[in-house]
Amino acid sequence: MTRAMGKRLVWAVLAGAAADLAGLGLIAAAAWLITRAAEQPPLAALSVAIVATRAFATSKGVFRYIERLTGHDVALRAQAGTREDLYRALIPPQQPRHGGADLLSRMVDDTEAVQDLLVRCLLPAAAAAIAGLAAVVIGLTILPVAALVLVAGLALAGVLLPAGTAAAARRWSARIAPARAALAGRVADLVHGSADLAAYGADDEALRKATAADEALAALERRQARVHAAALAGGTLVQGSTVAAVVLLAQGAGVGSVGTAVLALTALVSFEPVLPLAAAGERMAGITAALRRLREVRSAAAAVTEPAAPAPKPESPLTIEIDDLVVRHTPRNEATPPQHNGRTAPDAASPSDDDAAASRRHGRPALDGVSLRLTPGKRVAIVGPSGAGKSTLLAALMRLVEPESGHVRVNGVDIRDLAGDDVRALMTGLTQDPYIFRTTLRDNLRLAGPEAGDETLRRAVRDARLDGWVERVGWDAELGEDGRTVSGGQLQRLALARALLYDPPVLLLDEPAEALDEETADRLMSDLLDVTRDRTTLLVTHRLKGLETVDEIVVLEEGRVIQRGRHDELVAVSGYYRDLWESEVLTRK
Amino acid sequence: MHKDLLRLMRAERSVRRHLAVTMAAAVLAGLLVLVQAELLAGVLSGRFAVAALAGLAAVVCLRAALAWTQGVFAGRTATGVKSALRHRLLGRLRELGPGRLTEHRSGELVTLTGRGLDGLDAYLTGYLPSIAVAAVVPVAVLVRLFAADLASAVIVLVTLPLIPVFGALVGMTTKAVTERQYRALSRLGGHFLDVVRGLPTLRAFGRARYQAGVIQQVADAHRSATMKTLRVAFLSSLVLELCASLSLALVAVPIGLRLLGGSLDLTTALLVLLLAPEAYLPLRAMGTRFHASMEGVAAADAAFAVLDSAGEPPASEGRRAAPSGGAPEIRLENVTVRYPGRDVAALEDVTLTIGPRERVALVGESGGGKSTLLHLLLGFVQPSQGRILVDGVELRDLDVASWRARLAFVAQRPHLFATSVADNIRLGAPSASLDEVRRAAAAAHADFVAALPQGFDTVVGERGANLSAGQRQRIALARAFCRPGASVLLLDEPTARLDGRSEAAVVAGTAELARDRTAVIVAHRPAMIDLADRVVRLHEGRVISDTTRATRSPAPPDALGADAVPAGTGIPGDTVPSRVSTADVPTGNVPTGNVPTADAQPGHAQLGAAGLDGGGVQAAARSGADPSVAAQEDPSEGHSTGAGEAPGRGTVAEDVAEHAKAADETKAGGGAAEAEATTPVDDRAPSRPGTGTGTDGQAGTGGRVAAGRREGGEG
Repeated sequence: MTRAMGKRLVWAVLAGAAADLAGLGLIAAAAWLITRAAEQPPLAALSVAIVATRAFATSKGVFRYIERLTGHDVALRAQAGTREDLYRALIPPQQPRHGGADLLSRMVDDTEAVQDLLVRCLLPAAAAAIAGLAAVVIGLTILPVAALVLVAGLALAGVLLPAGTAAAARRWSARIAPARAALAGRVADLVHGSADLAAYGADDEALRKATAADEALAALERRQARVHAAALAGGTLVQGSTVAAVVLLAQGAGVGSVGTAVLALTALVSFEPVLPLAAAGERMAGITAALRRLREVRSAAAAVTEPAAPAPKPESPLTIEIDDLVVRHTPRNEATPPQHNGRTAPDAASPSDDDAAASRRHGRPALDGVSLRLTPGKRVAIVGPSGAGKSTLLAALMRLVEPESGHVRVNGVDIRDLAGDDVRALMTGLTQDPYIFRTTLRDNLRLAGPEAGDETLRRAVRDARLDGWVERVGWDAELGEDGRTVSGGQLQRLALARALLYDPPVLLLDEPAEALDEETADRLMSDLLDVTRDRTTLLVTHRLKGLETVDEIVVLEEGRVIQRGRHDELVAVSGYYRDLWESEVLTRK
Repeated sequence: MHKDLLRLMRAERSVRRHLAVTMAAAVLAGLLVLVQAELLAGVLSGRFAVAALAGLAAVVCLRAALAWTQGVFAGRTATGVKSALRHRLLGRLRELGPGRLTEHRSGELVTLTGRGLDGLDAYLTGYLPSIAVAAVVPVAVLVRLFAADLASAVIVLVTLPLIPVFGALVGMTTKAVTERQYRALSRLGGHFLDVVRGLPTLRAFGRARYQAGVIQQVADAHRSATMKTLRVAFLSSLVLELCASLSLALVAVPIGLRLLGGSLDLTTALLVLLLAPEAYLPLRAMGTRFHASMEGVAAADAAFAVLDSAGEPPASEGRRAAPSGGAPEIRLENVTVRYPGRDVAALEDVTLTIGPRERVALVGESGGGKSTLLHLLLGFVQPSQGRILVDGVELRDLDVASWRARLAFVAQRPHLFATSVADNIRLGAPSASLDEVRRAAAAAHADFVAALPQGFDTVVGERGANLSAGQRQRIALARAFCRPGASVLLLDEPTARLDGRSEAAVVAGTAELARDRTAVIVAHRPAMIDLADRVVRLHEGRVISDTTRATRSPAPPDALGADAVPAGTGIPGDTVPSRVSTADVPTGNVPTGNVPTADAQPGHAQLGAAGLDGGGVQAAARSGADPSVAAQEDPSEGHSTGAGEAPGRGTVAEDVAEHAKAADETKAGGGAAEAEATTPVDDRAPSRPGTGTGTDGQAGTGGRVAAGRREGGEG
């Protein structure tokens, strides 16, 4: 946290404390005014109290307003700082994480915990402490013993009670999380498995299980509600008995009606900022968990080590040599299954995870001794079943994963000796799961060429056969927004246009026809093969149509090259490639 | 207040009771504050003896007990409402069934039914009780004030309404400002998530570092925009706070002056001082709670949107028990399926007869209607037009459960449940013994189960996370085997996304499973299609070809007799075009000019052509343009030809060649349609006889007509 922000925070605390103090002052002044007036002194004796009462009444609201504004301002600044830190921590390539997109949005939600921590916990606590202190000081001037009782009461309600609720909330959320996950699992069964359940007449049973999971969760939640109830009851009890004790002590000590009234009402009102702290304590369990998760993300080791003194970036034309490359994905820590709070079930079928999942499952390397040579202008296609290591190969080339052994050399320089950004400047393109940002079409393209002029943009769009669509929607069309505006085919073409605009010396294309319908996929692939002619290209694909035109086809299975050659060579012999080719021919209309 | 939610709460007896207790406790606790103020004022003014502090303590204890009661019962109300809503949602999910669940985003449904409803807590435990308190306590305070001191009561009475009035005024202004800024706010607010999600793309183009600065800028813009709205939004609480504290000053100063004049006693004065804030507090609390409960209202809206979602009520379920016994004949008559909200029919006027024990492969591109056809047979979707007959009985008249009990189904992505492997396998037969489960697994070639840590007791991860796609598929296949009584097998691309080895195991298992059953298999891999007796090609919801293949495995002799008569011919007036054997014709006309296993081809092909000469195609040639007539004239001949030559034929390569050729023809417009006897099942085929005059007078109709139609369809 910067010093400027620290200062703002202090201001916010002061404003909050001032508001609480004004509330305290209002009631103390009013109590003094009334009890003193009952003694029928001259009017002049009351004038200060009258002014004070009015001043406190007016200023209380104003201070509260200032506190809320400055507090939120600080919180938003703190959140922005947390987000930037988090983002910077995410920039170096990371080990793929469990949970994908959902995990990301939760991470983003987690950064809001900072805001919660400041606005709902720290600020009120600090202000309450100051107000409580002031109440104790008032008490001290009237009757020190009563002040001691007040200290005890405030400490009980403001420290012990929140600590208790925080501990209880932590314990309960640990107990409830599995029940919640179980319910989410049963609901997911009903939704995702509805076909299997209905077909096998097991839907009643599944519904019964989901209902039972709900009952179990509800039973736990009913018991958890006692934490909140106990905090409410405890707060009321502490406040009431403190006031009663203070009055008893004051009357016993013969303080007099003015002093007693001021003491009693000050004590009563001083609990007002303190009592909500119990609820803040309940909140803390969630906040600390979120902050811990953020810390873990920030301290996660990068997937690759950057060289201390990077070698100079090789110049085009480039020859890429992949030599006996072995990549093993580090095993996920199975002992601590990720806590999803039931939001997602891990989806092993997600394509981005396939290689890693497959290799982890079988305990074999994702790439197991792959060699390949890519000379300038050569086009190589990589095919193979899902989980064969195709995407891992591209990730290794882009320096997103660290190989266990073997080398990737660019013009003889090992890419481990190059800066990661330089490697990706040489070898990149259409990566897996291309992303459309929530901005204009133009900006979505220009991220791959910030300096590109309109003519360059237009050429890239034309080469990606996207010009018709661009003309229709316009360059300034806002994209993104849940991808509703962009169809799968347009998305892949947009990604291709980006890749062409970036124009890397070695073009990588990862499943450009993934998730497209047959016709669109065919058209895209033929356009793509057309436009990459004479470009150094590495194409990962599961569609074989058109591959007659590439220079070499490499078939991967279980991380190894099982076949390589040109299209007509590969269809002439039995094996995976011919099998795939036959099935592709068969399904064509 | 939320109307639907209130209706729900009224309908649930225990919820109603719990809510009543919660509200009563809250109101009572609020009223006890009056008693507390009374006692405190009395003690402080000296009117009551110190002993009255005991009464004060008792009131405090009572309030604490009520707070406890309120907290506990509010929790019960919340869980009760959430459970009730959840049960309804779950029931609704089941009611929607696999056919219509797809209209909703499944992930959102799961989240809503789970965590989403937790948003209701603030509404139920905070907002609702605060309404009751706000309705009762200020009135009670006013009544007491009027009894105590008219002047103060009037001040409170006049200022009290200012809170809701100002609250509403400021609220409206805030809303206008917020709405004006909403787009900017949501855009800026979503920016961070957007950038984090797109980080791999940014990294690929070397823009990741640059964006860090942008994040800072956008965050700044977002903050100042947010602060702009907050400045207005917090005005409302400023006004409320001012109203409350100023009226306290407004009350306190005059009573001080009146005390000075001796026209008021201290007890009353202190009572007024203690009571006046209590008139405002409940209203302010209600405002705060209202804002905190907005999320819950949104959750309730989403839940009721699912519950009330339109859509036809579940098809009236027939009561007739499904005819038991052997493999049934299934007939689709002019079946059309339209999904709500889609212009194009998923299936259009499909007529198809699947004979008992016949194995039909459904092929065609995705979206052609293959899965819809399976879902029809499963009863997940109902035909919009036309009907489905099972052994002559309409499917919609059958009891769905008893019909499904005859089915064994393997989905494209079978869902595995987070329970033991054994329980996953006995999904459709809960009483199956472990031995039966073992046998089913063995038959499905799921040998890997033995190697799992706890064998059949191994618990599968959520959605089968710890198994490979091939393993999941084989467990699903074992599920089908675990229903020995099933007489119909329905498979949806069981080998999609499998590697070669897993595919071989699944194909072997499927072959086993299809024996003696009527089987409909959505397939696109040659090995799987190779299992079928007949290949039906769907395109854009229509059957564009229907080819009976000669199969490798001869049908059992007794079955052959029954099978040899194409289904449907026995029914008078049945004009359903049926099947004709296909000739395998050697051809070099595969798209790439590269016939797979061309060396193995000619001998078989000639055999096929020779066999064909005496069969259905000549009949087709005789009848000119209408092969369906030919099929009806001489069905057994055509079919038995295929069956007779079955052994040793039907390799993958042949099949591929055959289909490659068909594909080529459809493209080329039927130029090479000489001896292809692919039957057009489209209605339009017979109606345009002219197109079918084959170049050499043989049965050239099929491919050509299909091609012509396709061209027409595209044009």
